[in-house]
Amino acid sequence: MLRAEALGKRYGATEALRGANLRIMAGEFVCLLGASGCGKSTLLRMVAGFEAPSAGRLVVAGKPVTGPGPDRGMVFQDYGLFPWLTVRDNVGFGPKARGLPAPEVARIADRFTAMVGLERFAGSFPHQLSGGMKQRVAIARVLANDAKLVLMDEPFGALDAMTRERLQDELLAIWAERTLTVLFVTHSIEEAIVLADRVIVMSPGPGQIVADEPVDLPRPRDVASPEFNAIRRRLSALVHSDHGRQAA
Amino acid sequence: MSATVAPAPSPAQPHALPRRLLGLVVPGALLLAWWLATRGQAYSLIPSPGDVAAALADLMVGDEGDAFSGRLPAHVLASAGRVYGAFGLACLVALPLGMLIGRLKLANALLDPLLQLLRPIPVTAWLPLSMILFGLGARSAFFLVALGAFFPVLVNTIFAVRSVEPRLFEAASMLGVSPARMFPVVVLPASLPGIFTGLRLGLGFAWVVIVVGEMTGVQTGLGAMIMDGRQLSRTDVVVAGMAVIGLLGFLSDLAVQTLGQRLLRWSPQHG
Repeated sequence: MLRAEALGKRYGATEALRGANLRIMAGEFVCLLGASGCGKSTLLRMVAGFEAPSAGRLVVAGKPVTGPGPDRGMVFQDYGLFPWLTVRDNVGFGPKARGLPAPEVARIADRFTAMVGLERFAGSFPHQLSGGMKQRVAIARVLANDAKLVLMDEPFGALDAMTRERLQDELLAIWAERTLTVLFVTHSIEEAIVLADRVIVMSPGPGQIVADEPVDLPRPRDVASPEFNAIRRRLSALVHSDHGRQAA
Repeated sequence: MSATVAPAPSPAQPHALPRRLLGLVVPGALLLAWWLATRGQAYSLIPSPGDVAAALADLMVGDEGDAFSGRLPAHVLASAGRVYGAFGLACLVALPLGMLIGRLKLANALLDPLLQLLRPIPVTAWLPLSMILFGLGARSAFFLVALGAFFPVLVNTIFAVRSVEPRLFEAASMLGVSPARMFPVVVLPASLPGIFTGLRLGLGFAWVVIVVGEMTGVQTGLGAMIMDGRQLSRTDVVVAGMAVIGLLGFLSDLAVQTLGQRLLRWSPQHG
């Protein structure tokens, strides 16, 4: 599904990412975990096509990435909804932009609005919604556009703990049902273990991949179980191990 | 805002009406002061409220045969036509120009310095030049009013199209919108509230400038009427004309605001 080889990114004198190698299989749920400045968002934004790599190769579904495209849907932490469109029209934005006929667009929009449980708010505008509801719209909008690879940039980082847990459960249910491939950026170790098949641990200065840890726990995962805590300890050691360049 | 959401502890206290009436207190007091100050003076340079009301009535329906009787509708029509016509013309130029300057670096580099130089020049300063360029009369008035409306529309349009959130471009592009389609699909709707603010300011300014515009020697129009009243020492007509302009500008703005609330329901600032 995704293959990155020796991928690097520089912004002038600063090196945001160095020599990243990564393979993701179709249907996998992969988390990029690390402290700020480790290059995880940079890597995600390059996969989305928002930024061009400075070095290396990046191939998604057999094609080199040259720019943003509807095959890779992005869910932003700050939602990025279109404030002038209703919930339904935000969800139908992608299909409409791709030129599908209006009845088809309406059908898709209704279906995915219902999928995230927002039928009652289909006619509301984004500023009338809570943060959790906005993020549901953002997820529905990407799914409605039939994205094969869903990219998520700390999507639940701005939400309260209860809403975050609920959305994590909903996301896992949708992922399992629709066999999506998800690349999910987070700085929360617990969130990574709750969600991922594999956790890619990154470290800053320059950003690089330091570990690739499978999470072999059955879902739903019990955050209080000894197995969960064993993984948590291992990841915590990896995240905090300074690779010579500890950020303040 | 409305009586239905008034908190329970204030029973039988409809809030909406008193709030609105509150806005009449200061004007009422001023009117009273005006009436007291001009009362009982037979020949004052400042007309009393009664004089102005009488002048207004005569302007509207009077048939006494003086130069002002019954002429108000014609003046109002002439001025309103000028205000909306010139405003329309200003928009026709300012909207596309503002979008170009706001989105294209080349247009910005080419035109922004010139416009920044022209912008501080008051409309009144253009009056002599305008009369030379467009002659005495209606065309000059039209130009000056259009000039007054032009800059608020332009400046707000530039700012609005420039300050579209970059995130929205990313969101649109990852959903399949090509760069060429970005303008109609993202920039235009996203900048509507800002553009609308410019339209509202521009139209308001057109009403402000109308008297200056009609100093160019036009025959009909509220500005012309005020100028005539001044020359004939008919201060009652002058004040009546001021009141009419104030009222028309107010109603015009109210209409635009209502329209904005309809069209921009999605925007927290307007809806």
